[in-house]
Amino acid sequence: MIPYISNTENDVHDMLKVIGVSSIDDLFNDIKPRHAPRSFNLPEGKSEFEVVEHVKRLASKNATDLILFIGGGYYDHYVPSAVTSLVSRGEFYTAYTPYQPECSQGTLQALYEYQSAICALTEMEAANASLYDGGTALYEAVMMAARITKRDKVIMDGGVSPIYRKIIRTYTSNLNYEFQETPVVHGQSSREEIEKLLDKDTAAVILQNPNFFGTIDDHSDIVEKAHALGILVIESVYPVALGILKTPGAMGADIVTGEGQSLGLPLNFGGPYLGFMATRKKYIRKMPGRIIGQTVDANGKRCFVNTLQAREQHIRREKATSNICTNVALCALQSVIYMSLLGKHGFKALAQLNLDKAEFARQEIEKIEGVEVKRSSPTFNEFTVCLPIDASVVVEAMIDKGFAAGFPLGRYYKGMENYMIVAVTEKRTKKEISDYARALREVLAGAYCNTPVQDV
Amino acid sequence: MKLIFEKSVEGRQGFRNPRSDVGLEGEIPLKYRREKDCPLPEVSELDVVRHFTSLSQRNFSVDTHFYPLGSCTMKYNPKFTETIAAIEGFSNLHPLLPQLNHGEKLVQGALEVLYDMERLLCEITGMDRFTMQPLAGAHGELTGVMMMAAYHKAKGNKKKYIIVPDSAHGTNPATAAIAGYEIVSVNSDENGVMDLEELKEKITDETAGLMVTSPNTLGIFNSDVDKIAEMVHAVDGIMYYDGANLNAILGRCRPGDIGFDVMHINLHKTFSTPHGGGGPGSGPVGVNEKLIPYLPISMVDRRDDGMYYLNYDYPGSIGYLASFYGNFSIILRAYAYIIMAGGEGLKEVSNHAVLNANYIKERLKERFHLAYDRICMHESVFSASKQTERGVHAIDIAKFLIDQNIHPPTVYFPLSVKESIMIEPTETESKQTMDQFIDAMFKADELSQQQPESFHDLPKTTPVTRPDEVKAARDINTNYFQNT
Repeated sequence: MIPYISNTENDVHDMLKVIGVSSIDDLFNDIKPRHAPRSFNLPEGKSEFEVVEHVKRLASKNATDLILFIGGGYYDHYVPSAVTSLVSRGEFYTAYTPYQPECSQGTLQALYEYQSAICALTEMEAANASLYDGGTALYEAVMMAARITKRDKVIMDGGVSPIYRKIIRTYTSNLNYEFQETPVVHGQSSREEIEKLLDKDTAAVILQNPNFFGTIDDHSDIVEKAHALGILVIESVYPVALGILKTPGAMGADIVTGEGQSLGLPLNFGGPYLGFMATRKKYIRKMPGRIIGQTVDANGKRCFVNTLQAREQHIRREKATSNICTNVALCALQSVIYMSLLGKHGFKALAQLNLDKAEFARQEIEKIEGVEVKRSSPTFNEFTVCLPIDASVVVEAMIDKGFAAGFPLGRYYKGMENYMIVAVTEKRTKKEISDYARALREVLAGAYCNTPVQDV
Repeated sequence: MKLIFEKSVEGRQGFRNPRSDVGLEGEIPLKYRREKDCPLPEVSELDVVRHFTSLSQRNFSVDTHFYPLGSCTMKYNPKFTETIAAIEGFSNLHPLLPQLNHGEKLVQGALEVLYDMERLLCEITGMDRFTMQPLAGAHGELTGVMMMAAYHKAKGNKKKYIIVPDSAHGTNPATAAIAGYEIVSVNSDENGVMDLEELKEKITDETAGLMVTSPNTLGIFNSDVDKIAEMVHAVDGIMYYDGANLNAILGRCRPGDIGFDVMHINLHKTFSTPHGGGGPGSGPVGVNEKLIPYLPISMVDRRDDGMYYLNYDYPGSIGYLASFYGNFSIILRAYAYIIMAGGEGLKEVSNHAVLNANYIKERLKERFHLAYDRICMHESVFSASKQTERGVHAIDIAKFLIDQNIHPPTVYFPLSVKESIMIEPTETESKQTMDQFIDAMFKADELSQQQPESFHDLPKTTPVTRPDEVKAARDINTNYFQNT
């Protein structure tokens, strides 16, 4: 028997007697012979040791020693040991959703602290207790804006992650929304194109900062114009950058979402991640997901509860603000532990360090002949590089030299086949960056020699 | 207990960043910079460790308490799956790698896990393909219902309604609404299963599909499920299986064999990945041949040379449901659990989950009103109606149990039973633990006869007692900084 079942033969015997049946099979009489499985051909069980060895073997088939200069919204930041250690406490990770507040104060208070930290980071007034990931959070923001404005037109800036934009389009395909996408000019949002589209049928403008190209912007002017027409502005942000960047709150954004992976979560091949969302206090009742509120207990002592539950599916059913039930509470906990450890100064210093390393990398890469680093607008820790040849070919060649050199843009932006985005986090050392630049130079030199007829 | 922000002392540091070795400072023009530093706490690592350790001690959890929360399958989560999730070859893997030229070569181990897991889930459920993308059960429901919509669109069917039983999880109607369908609800009959006559009346040409949890949230397996499938299929409707209660039927019955076209599985229930205090979960969705063309992209397929790759070539696909390939590290844990258990182990899981539920049901029914007095599957639903007559409600009993160091069962769900108490012990609990629970329930019943008023200020042993929920919703305080 598998070792996680406690019943002994005696127990089974005694329990069957109490129930008044002679065998376990008798308990399954509602499942008729015609319902029986046509097949249930699964491998034999294994020991823990065998499974761990098997999975380690599989892990060794992944390219695990690449030096990562690839980002695209998901970054190779260091996760302090205290984060990993604290979220590994069984009292946290084997608890359920805190529906019984008296015996869930640990999770509840931690999530309240998380919400507060997200508000501090974004300079917004109210955050929820998490959504699945950055992409689905942005979709939820679109739905929320449509609910608030009762309008159905949405403008999406071309600098918003193309991965997120695809998700939004998938989700809304059965609903009556009209999406318009605007181009990016010199790395920033095109004011001209966005303003052309703003009208009284528009629910929201979706912007991203820094955008997918790594460029920083101040969207205050767009916010002002949008608000004049009753349009909401949704801002998708990269939380680490907010250690130094102007906040969406200061720009006047109405709904802020983002991918919280960089706040102490491993890359984990795509998940679990952390979708965060914050808004103005006046919109809190329109926000999806769980919200933790502070209150007092019967003795007047401070405590925390799930609040405003009347928005949620288990109460409102088909009229709920979202169908979300399970979110990513443990990832939210992980991120608030991370933010607490880094603290006020450490978090700012981390952002500055990312900026410094990226600047150094930019300078090194710029020195390479035929390579142009896009500098028309400032960037944070990721920037766009124009190569003389197809970026996907270059990135592939760089793998052999031990680098995940960046993310080629041709996959998502037609006409940008020679471009890639390069991310540099605090983990990249000066030596790694210099080696990267040398490798890139070699790859490009090689490409010229080996492929004389290049369509540049 | 103080908030972490209230423990902040100016100048204190909890972490040392690496020293900058690049000898220059990046600059950002003033207009793009934040004005005030982000007011995160200034605390030491020890402060952080003590704070969050103390918080953890203010929780009940499966590791520390019996947790018979109906419909949530709070089984023990084996520790080795945590070891597996932490293996660096997976935890440090960047999700964009396979999107590079020939990038699949870089992530063969991860793709193999996803590919193998899909085959395992297909064999367990009788479905033909699975997508691993959905990030939780409700996300899986949405994926399934969107495929349903794509199917009807492709066939030119004019469909408007999704039928759900009154015992359905709240996510079912919420999902259907988001996918653009209207809801038709069917009541339970005297046996606790969907009323067939009423269902017959409600199925029309405009029925897009039926969403069923099986066994249902009353813990009952509906033997007529195949007949229902025939009725729904007769109008070209889609049968959706909500896998929330799959823990009851492993190796006994496969949704794919009894007429279901699409289903989701909550890996964090049946396949033992931790609930995390409310996620992350994972909700893979399985389909039969009918719906394969509409699966979200990408899918993991295998080339003739044995190489695994991400296949985006599904022209009928509903599109992208998540940023990547699902909650990978959760899928990995569940994968490890399934291959550890093997086919026989999974059958034992359901055998003992059902045995334990029936044992509790049989013992408790002498004191508590059993909503449907029959053999149950993995859970059973009681009503505190007898105790309510004495002024003691389901919620009072829940609070009493907390003082007995037991996490309360689910109360007030399903909605179709008044004052409901829904109990799911799972297979991992011992008879001794269940006996302690039963004793505690009996004690609650006795107390409800002797001192019903004594319930109202329970629990007394917890760090806080009953919260003022009205105040929480009225004087909204969800952010420390809003109030400082």
